[in-house]
Amino acid sequence: MLASDTITLRETQSSAYRATEHAERSGAGPAVVLQGLHKSFGTQKVLDGIELTVGSGKTLAVLGRSGTGKSVLLKLIIGLQKPDAGSIRVHGQEITSAGAEQVNQIRKTIGFLFQHAALYDSLTVAENVAFPLRRHTKLTASERGDRIRELLSAVGMEGDLEKMPSDLSGGMQKRVGLARALALEPGILLLDEPTAGLDPITSREIDELILKLQEERDVASIVVTHDLHSAKIIADRVVLLHKGNVVIEGTFQELEKSDDQFVAEFFKRDS
Amino acid sequence: MNDNSTAPGWTRADAPQSAALTQSALTSLWRTFNGFLEWFGELGIFVWQVMRAAVRRPFEGRELIRQLDEVGSKSLPLVALAGSAIGAVLALETRHSLIQFGAKSMLPAAIVFSIIHETGPVVTGLVISGRVGAGIGAELGSMKVTEQIDAIEASGVNPYKLLAFTRILACILVLPLLTLAADFCGVVVGWIADTIAEPISFHKFIHAGFAGTSFNDFLAPTFRTAVFGLIIGTVASFQGMRSEGGTEGVGRSATSSVVLSSLFVILADVILVKLILVFFP
Repeated sequence: MLASDTITLRETQSSAYRATEHAERSGAGPAVVLQGLHKSFGTQKVLDGIELTVGSGKTLAVLGRSGTGKSVLLKLIIGLQKPDAGSIRVHGQEITSAGAEQVNQIRKTIGFLFQHAALYDSLTVAENVAFPLRRHTKLTASERGDRIRELLSAVGMEGDLEKMPSDLSGGMQKRVGLARALALEPGILLLDEPTAGLDPITSREIDELILKLQEERDVASIVVTHDLHSAKIIADRVVLLHKGNVVIEGTFQELEKSDDQFVAEFFKRDS
Repeated sequence: MNDNSTAPGWTRADAPQSAALTQSALTSLWRTFNGFLEWFGELGIFVWQVMRAAVRRPFEGRELIRQLDEVGSKSLPLVALAGSAIGAVLALETRHSLIQFGAKSMLPAAIVFSIIHETGPVVTGLVISGRVGAGIGAELGSMKVTEQIDAIEASGVNPYKLLAFTRILACILVLPLLTLAADFCGVVVGWIADTIAEPISFHKFIHAGFAGTSFNDFLAPTFRTAVFGLIIGTVASFQGMRSEGGTEGVGRSATSSVVLSSLFVILADVILVKLILVFFP
């Protein structure tokens, strides 16, 4: 290849990159883009060059065996952990090289539901949901109260405003956690096993809520789950992680039909 | 020549075992030393993050007021009780000794000087490091292992400011006030104990007690407890926020918060007493 060709190719790649970045920033492009993501804990390699893209208004389900770094992936996206290498762009903004203030601004656009809800145990249900509203909005007390009731009503917890987290069951805690994650009307939702430990009816309600958010508010979601039934309902695309890598990516139906031995093993239990 | 190999009960076969034991002891010593340095390094990073967060808005006034109540108001009864006990014990013990030397009239001054200069500040520091240090270590430790600190961070709020700085500042502000309360209770109960043995008016007791003391005698020892507050708040918050390993880890954080903050309070006391003697002779 001639030197001039190389330069032209680089310029084309660079302008393509800039165009993608511009589209991401303006909200037209993907909500989350992960490139070459590596993460190790000591000698244990958890993520080994992950590449993923989640479009606005799309839901990606992340499947995989326990300990394959699914939760770590979510924590990397929201900047709770730093990757060893690779790039994480959220709405076009690179989070790995961003300063603390910029990371906090990005975090306000992301709702995070933790695996065990992580409700603040010294605050009531209403105060838990009010926490992000009190800090990041200028709502009056009455507006805040209305918003809290609206959010808790959406997850079926409107009657438990003054309860403490210790008075709630695991499923109820998760629903309050989801209401808190939705408080700032995020453009991206990161859900760590949202239906784990829930009864089938509550699981279905959570799934329906995620679908509603996707349709009405164009929210992009990344859902880490072991619940294949839930993944089938909510996810536009599904990825399967194994040994730090994406083994396969596609629709649920495509993955179900895969001939790959590991993929087939994974889906065998529900078939 | 006295060869070890010929010593009673010692054979050449024991030599490798002895070398292995020495090596193991040295390795263990090195690990301890390394762990010690690592702890200080992490503490330095933690302090830097707290300082950086502290100067940025918002200033978390609500949480600071909650912590002032938690550290201050709720510790007051215990500190008052400890101060009273010291006053009573000092009066009873010192009275006996001073009578032997024929210096009974010095009793009010001995009680007041001892409480204000040393026992009041140190006992307040140690009582608070037990009550508040354990509380902060356990509370933040529990928040860490249940991912509540991660949840705070994920919602765009700096946990170093919300959780650590407010607790450290509350300890710094409250310790001198609690020391005043301990001093007051100590002096009053010291007078009561003294007056039970031999009646003396409160006015006379106070007049005699404070006769040879200046404002500096009072100011420097009381405000050195602000340094104790800094130590207790920082060490307990640090131990809590680095907690790991479930409920067992929370227990370890609470214990280590008390042990380390008490240790550093005693060390700081020795250094600060020397500094006070230099700057306020």
